[in-house]
Amino acid sequence: MKRKFRPMEAVMRLVFFICGFIAIAFVLFISVYLIISGLPAIREIGLREFLFGTEWASTASEPKFGILPFILTSVYGTCGAIILGVPVGFMTAVFLAKIAPPKLAAVVRPAVDLLAGIPSVVYGLIGMMVLVPAVREAFDLPDGASLFCAIIVLAVMILPSIISVSETALKAVPPEYEEASLALGATHIETVFRVSVPASSSGIAAAVVLGIGRAIGEAMAIIMVSGNVANMPSLFASVRFLTTAVSSEMAYASGLQRQALYSIALVLFVFIMIINVVLNTLLKRKKE
Amino acid sequence: MKRILSLLLAATLCVAMTACGGSTTSEASSSAPASSEAASSEASSSSEATAELTGTVNTNGSTSMEDVMGTLIEAFREVQPGVTVNYTGSGSGAGITGAQEGTCDIGLASRDLKEDETGVTQITLAKDGIAIIVNPENPVADLTLEQIAQLATGEITNWADVGGNDGQVVFMGREAGSGTRDGFESITGTEDACQYQNEYTSTGEVIAGVAANPNAIGYASLSAVEGDETVKAITVGGVAPSEATVLDGTYAIQRNFNFIINESTPLSDAAQAFVDWATSTDASELIAGAGAVPVAE
Repeated sequence: MKRKFRPMEAVMRLVFFICGFIAIAFVLFISVYLIISGLPAIREIGLREFLFGTEWASTASEPKFGILPFILTSVYGTCGAIILGVPVGFMTAVFLAKIAPPKLAAVVRPAVDLLAGIPSVVYGLIGMMVLVPAVREAFDLPDGASLFCAIIVLAVMILPSIISVSETALKAVPPEYEEASLALGATHIETVFRVSVPASSSGIAAAVVLGIGRAIGEAMAIIMVSGNVANMPSLFASVRFLTTAVSSEMAYASGLQRQALYSIALVLFVFIMIINVVLNTLLKRKKE
Repeated sequence: MKRILSLLLAATLCVAMTACGGSTTSEASSSAPASSEAASSEASSSSEATAELTGTVNTNGSTSMEDVMGTLIEAFREVQPGVTVNYTGSGSGAGITGAQEGTCDIGLASRDLKEDETGVTQITLAKDGIAIIVNPENPVADLTLEQIAQLATGEITNWADVGGNDGQVVFMGREAGSGTRDGFESITGTEDACQYQNEYTSTGEVIAGVAANPNAIGYASLSAVEGDETVKAITVGGVAPSEATVLDGTYAIQRNFNFIINESTPLSDAAQAFVDWATSTDASELIAGAGAVPVAE
C-alpha cells in the first residue's frame, strides 16, 4: 500500500518541533546572556574577592563587591526552610496519602493547592505586617526583620511542593508491599514508616530538592521580611539574599554596580543549575 | 533629514485630513504620524495655539529626578507632540558634565552647582524635601540635623539619649542607589556611614516599616508622608516639614532639582520650550504629584 502524504501530520510535526525548540532557545539565550553579562564584573573585581569578600558597599566612594554575605544567607535561609518545612510537609503527605479518611483528605488537599497558588508578594506582605512585629515582640529585638522571619516565610512557601511531590511518591508504592506488611502483622503506622516511606524515598528526596530550588530562587516574599542589609548572616540580623541583592539594587544601578548584579544572578543561576542536576539524578534513580 | 521631511509630510497630510473629516482628538501616542495628528487637531480646535515644534531633547543626570522627569515628559507629549524628550539617569555629576560638554541638551542635577563647575547655569524647577519619620508612639518630636546624623550612623543607639523612651534605635532607609537615600545622606553628611537595620526598596515600605516598629526612625519623600497618620514626621531644628518651609528654605533637609544649561550653546527651540513649560505654573501640579515641591509661582 502506498503511504499517503498527510499535510496535517507534517504541519503538526513542525508546530511541535518549534514549540520544543522555543523552550530550549530561551534556556540557551538566558544562559548565554547571563554568562556574557555576568563575567566582566567578576573579571574586574576578581573571582576570589567577589565570591569570598565579606563586604558589599556598591555605591560607596570606594565600592566593595563581596557577595559572601549573600551566598551564606541564601544557603542558611534555604537550609533553615528545609529543616522547618520538610518534616511538616512530609508528615502532611503521609497523612494525606495513607492516614486521612478520604473525605478529610478532599478538604486538606485543595487547601494545600491553594497555598501553592498564593502569590509570593502576599506571603511577603503578611510576613511584613504580622510576622515581623510578632518576632520583634517575642524575642525582644529592636527590629523583627531578620533571617529568622525569612526562614519561616520560606518554610511555608515550600510546603505545597514538598507535600504534593511526596504524596505522589507515597501513592506510587505498589499496594502489594503494604498488604504484605499488614499480612505479617505490622500495624498501619508501622507499615507506613517501615515499608511505604522507604519504598518512596527517592521521590521524597526529589521533593526536598524541589523545595530547596524554590527556596533559593525566591525573592519577593523575603525581601519584605529580611531587612535587606548586606550583613554577614546571623539568625536575628537583617540580611540580604542572592535574589534580593539583585532585585533591590537593580532599579538605580549603573556601571560596575549593575554588572556586579548580573554576576550575582550568574552565581544564583549556577546554584540552581546544580540543584537541577541533583534533582534529575534523583528522579532518574527513582525510575530505575 | 529624511525623517524630518517625512514627519512634515505626515503632518501636512494630517492637517488636510482633519480639515476634511473634522476628526476628533486622538490619544497621545509614540508613533510620529499619530502624534502629529493630535497636534494638528489640537491646533485647529484651539484658536490661539502655540507654535508647533519638532525635535528631540536629550536630558541626562540625577536619578533622584527620575519620577519628576518621567511625569513631566509624559505630560509634555500632549503640550508639544512633535517634541520627544528623552531622559537618562546617570547621576547629578554626569548630568552637569553632559551639559558642559554638550553631550545632552539639558543636564539634570539634584544639587546646586559647585564653584568649579563653570560654563553652565542652573534653573531650579523644584525642591525636594525629605521628611524624617518616627513611630507615632515615639515621644521625640524634634531633632537637630546633627542628632539625626548621629542616629543614622549609630553614634546614638538609644532613644533616651535624645529625650525619648529607653529603646534601641532602629534606623530604616532605602537601598543603595535610591535618590532619597542619596539626598538624605548627602544633606546630613552621612555618606557610606549609615547603619541601616532595614533597607527597603520603596518609600511606602519605609513608611510601613516605621509604622510597625515603635523604635524606628526613617526618611521618606515629604509628599509621601504628608497626611499619613501611621507615622510622625518630626521637626528638624524646630521647623516642621511642609511645602511652605521647604520653599522658604527654613526646613533643613531639602535640596534643589535643577536643570543645568550650557551658557555658550543656546538651547534649541524644543529644549527651550520644555524648560519654560517645566518651570511654569502649568507643570506645578505634575511636579507636586511626582513628590517634589514646585518653585514656580
